[in-house]
Amino acid sequence: MASLVGSRVERKEDKRFLTGKGRYTSDINIANQTYAIFIRSPHARAKIKKVDISKALKSSGVVDILTGEHIAQDKIGGLIAGWAIRSEDGSEMKCPANPPLAKDSVNFVGDPIAVVFAETLDEARAAAELVKVDYKVLKAVSNLGEAMNSETIHDGIDKNLCYDWLLGDRQKVKEAFEKADKIIKLDIVNNRLIPNAMEPRACVIDYNTASEEITCYTTSQNPHLSRLIMSAFGGVAPENKLRVVAPDVGGGFGSKINLYNEEIVCSWASKKIERPIKWVAERTESFLTDTHGRDHITHAELAVTNDGKFLGFKNETIANLGAYARVFGTVTPTYLFGPCATGVYIMPAAYSNVKAVYTNTAPVDAYRGAGRPEATYTIERLVDKAAMELGMDPIEIRMKNFPTEFPFKQTLVHQIDSGDYVAGLNKAKEMADYDGFAARKKESESKGKLRGIGVTSYFEACGIAPSPVVMMLGCGVGLWESAEVRFNPTGQVTVYTGSHSHGQSHQTTFAQIAADELGVPIENIDVVHGDTDKGTFGMGTYGSRSLTVGGIAIVNACKKIVNKGKKIAAKMLEASPDEVDFKNGEFVVAKSNKKKTIGEVAFASYLPGVRDEVKSPLPEGEEPGLIESSFFDPANFSFPAGSHICEVEIDPETGHVKLDKYTAVDDFGTIVNPLIVEGQVHGGLAQGIGQALYENAQYDDSGQLITASYMDYTMPRADDLPDFNLGFTCTKATTNPLGVKGCGEAGTIAATPTVMNAVINALDGKEISLPATAEKVWKACKEMKKSNAKAA
Amino acid sequence: MKTFNYHSAKDVKEASKLASSNSAFLAGGMTTIPSMKLGLASYKDIIDIKRIKKLSGIKVSGKTVTIGATTKHSEVASSKDVKKAIPSLAALAEGIGDPQVRNRGTIGGSIANNDPAADYPSACIALNATIHTNNRSIDAEKFFRGMFETCLKSTEVIESIEFSIPQKSSYQKLPNPASRYAIVGVYVAQHKTGINVGVTGAKSCVYNDKDLAGALTKNFSSSVIDSVKISSSGMNSDIHASSDYRANMVKAFAKKAVDAC
Ligand SMILES: Cc1cc2nc3c(=O)[nH]c(=O)nc-3n(C[C@H](O)[C@H](O)[C@H](O)COP(=O)(O)OP(=O)(O)OC[C@H]3O[C@@H](n4cnc5c(N)ncnc54)[C@H](O)[C@@H]3O)c2cc1C
Repeated sequence: MASLVGSRVERKEDKRFLTGKGRYTSDINIANQTYAIFIRSPHARAKIKKVDISKALKSSGVVDILTGEHIAQDKIGGLIAGWAIRSEDGSEMKCPANPPLAKDSVNFVGDPIAVVFAETLDEARAAAELVKVDYKVLKAVSNLGEAMNSETIHDGIDKNLCYDWLLGDRQKVKEAFEKADKIIKLDIVNNRLIPNAMEPRACVIDYNTASEEITCYTTSQNPHLSRLIMSAFGGVAPENKLRVVAPDVGGGFGSKINLYNEEIVCSWASKKIERPIKWVAERTESFLTDTHGRDHITHAELAVTNDGKFLGFKNETIANLGAYARVFGTVTPTYLFGPCATGVYIMPAAYSNVKAVYTNTAPVDAYRGAGRPEATYTIERLVDKAAMELGMDPIEIRMKNFPTEFPFKQTLVHQIDSGDYVAGLNKAKEMADYDGFAARKKESESKGKLRGIGVTSYFEACGIAPSPVVMMLGCGVGLWESAEVRFNPTGQVTVYTGSHSHGQSHQTTFAQIAADELGVPIENIDVVHGDTDKGTFGMGTYGSRSLTVGGIAIVNACKKIVNKGKKIAAKMLEASPDEVDFKNGEFVVAKSNKKKTIGEVAFASYLPGVRDEVKSPLPEGEEPGLIESSFFDPANFSFPAGSHICEVEIDPETGHVKLDKYTAVDDFGTIVNPLIVEGQVHGGLAQGIGQALYENAQYDDSGQLITASYMDYTMPRADDLPDFNLGFTCTKATTNPLGVKGCGEAGTIAATPTVMNAVINALDGKEISLPATAEKVWKACKEMKKSNAKAA
Repeated sequence: MKTFNYHSAKDVKEASKLASSNSAFLAGGMTTIPSMKLGLASYKDIIDIKRIKKLSGIKVSGKTVTIGATTKHSEVASSKDVKKAIPSLAALAEGIGDPQVRNRGTIGGSIANNDPAADYPSACIALNATIHTNNRSIDAEKFFRGMFETCLKSTEVIESIEFSIPQKSSYQKLPNPASRYAIVGVYVAQHKTGINVGVTGAKSCVYNDKDLAGALTKNFSSSVIDSVKISSSGMNSDIHASSDYRANMVKAFAKKAVDAC
């Protein structure tokens, strides 16, 4: 049987999704369900003086209305920050309480205050309009740059500062900078983004009054984690009385890592009102209340020698947490950001200093790439600026500072096990026809257009784990992953995984690796995920961890199956286990033609004994059945890397940026399914390009989100994008048996700086801020024209 | 969405009779339904006019193209007749929103709504359109009154829009990257009787830019546009484009339109 790892197996998911047979949370209906509508703050910052539900309670069809008072009475806990980050001075981070329904104060537009349950959605909406909330409106803190000098949002949190964190050595950096020929400085704003999963958040809750079990169907990237938080911190129910199911989920991009107020409130309320509950976010609610991404203000400096060697790096960043600290909110701008900010380079000295502050905006958390896009943007823009100021070629300066020996100890945290950055950049250069750029630029100029080329080299730390390391860095849980592999007596296999697929195609990829391990046809392997009642346990999907952590747990569970199978086969074949080899789904006794298929062994394991034709005694001490589980905790993160090159053509008359060519060369180690990996890269690139050219979440001074619909928030579209030219290099990860590295976030990480480097290259180095909208580019072109005229 | 009474009118007379100051006609519903869902509008009566056969269809005579009010954007975009008589009009329709919107949105709904960023109003101005309703015929220049405002009475039904076939014409737009409505759209048309430059997106209401038209009458070339001054005062300003940028884009897109004529 040929190995499936490495082949373009078509997705098992396709039939379901392409024929409308997906089953999403809002497709689930439970008899007798009520409909929930949340009453949300229209103000960014206010004290709640009074919530009057009396009139609304009498409205037609209303079953109940619950408020922050009820939450407080029942002592239902709120959402938490999952990582404890310490400040440079050793003090603990400061996090405000965040009750699931606000009782005393609201801190962003969309903060939930009360919830109406009614027989129909229309009745719930009508009643919600009758809930009267009396506010004392306060001045909103909506400007990140001014947040530390504004009024204090949360009592006891001075300067709105959660922490002032440092990684690295200031003294060493100072010394390095003193030795520099030149210091390159850069001020950037990493624009705020709204993840915009296609499926809005939703939950459907079913409370069984007899068993007292709550079932929560929800749009989550990690149902087990949601159950843990809802139980341990929310106090909604003990874990054994709480089942969380995340069925098909239409995209997450990080925004569905968090457990949200709505799930806690509806789960708790279902028990209280003894009725099932359905809540589905409207698109406006998604814009307002899904966690947002990015939103940094950064000043960075790079110390260089005249011949382009890097000596040191400084990164001073203010990161927006929004109104409250959420699960990955505090780690995203620290350990997921700071270490990667020195890029793929040998950097003798470096530090990253991050001040994370609260503002009256939606909470900010992990969004595809989480910290690493911000880091890569910082260093890659800085490196391009250095090349420009030193008069060097952008590829040459990068090559000059790449490490060439692995393992490579990266400056701030990571020990990178494998990589070949030179090969990646060389391949990208060739595929992009870098040398032909000058001719293409000339051609564009002959049409009155400007053309620019942009290069980015990145590495990232993903496959987020291992537990001892992440716990040392402040994580509140262990980031292993589990799997269980079950053989049926008749030979089919079910793989249970704690990873969750919401676009990652695990049903295919995971079946491919199990098929290879077990020698069972892929059609006979089903992958089950997303239900706390099925499978052992899980930490979920984010940080490109599914294959590198969850996939390996499956491999290991399969290996245990094969081990046990060997013993059973040996007994059946009257040989010793050491004489039995396993290959292509068969246990074969060495130097003989005696063999048993793994299906026969599975059958035997469930029918241990001898009767007539059936001869399947179990070895002594062996239990019946063929089911194994495994928890995998890798030795390190995984470190994908690569180089991307793109070209843009700009119309100086209008400022329109046309993305003309895009080449991505990535090293993801072993590739299990190129078809799926290419899809992941395409989607990631689209999101990174979105950040570079289109997307920008904006709040006004009063804290109103002024980009709360698709009429104002620009999403990238297929017709904005060129055909992507993808290539791969491969250095295997040494920290897992498959040699795989994560691929889910790479596109997003590399695309933003690649596109911006190209735009700025076309503008002869004129800095413009993210995103490069037509008007900004047009202005820059005008100024360029003026200064060129002056020079001439 | 608030509840409402739904009526499906069998003819224009019935539609008009059912209408009041608290009703809306339902054509494509691409404006009416989202605004009701967002709570921005509510009506007592919704009067569906899509079943009225007479309101839909395209007719070309020697000098004019007449398009029924409930003709969809996609029908105009793909009509061989329109492509032949006024290719720029078919191209305009092809550039509205996205396929879903084009498969439902109608020309009558578009001009009745008179969104300051809608495309069709510029065509009405540039192509000397006459708007035929159930009780009168109105010149385009008089039809569009202001932001989301026309001279239509609440019981008045647009039946068709009659465009003059120009000698040459082109519509060029800078789409809003998010919605694809026009940030600025410029429709240049040269008729025997004169030149019109319909501009949409730039101000609170579509207008005929007489300065540009005057300059082009003297010399129909894009280079002449550089010498025309366009002030940013009165231009729209929002998160997508400042008034200064819009003023400059009126010129840039007028040039593109002239070059494409
Ligand atoms: C996502 C999106 C993108 C869009 N992008 C663009 C774009 O790029 N360019 C553009 O120009 N437009 C755009 N539109 C608008 C769209 O093309 C429609 O033309 C517009 O929404 C109205 O047409 P309708 O047929 O849907 O009208 P409806 O929504 O059905 O009606 C709108 C109004 O017109 C009135 N009305 C309708 N028909 C008549 C009639 N025959 N007589 C009198 N009154 C009538 C109704 O009473 C109502 O008040 C977009 C819309 C959406 C939703």
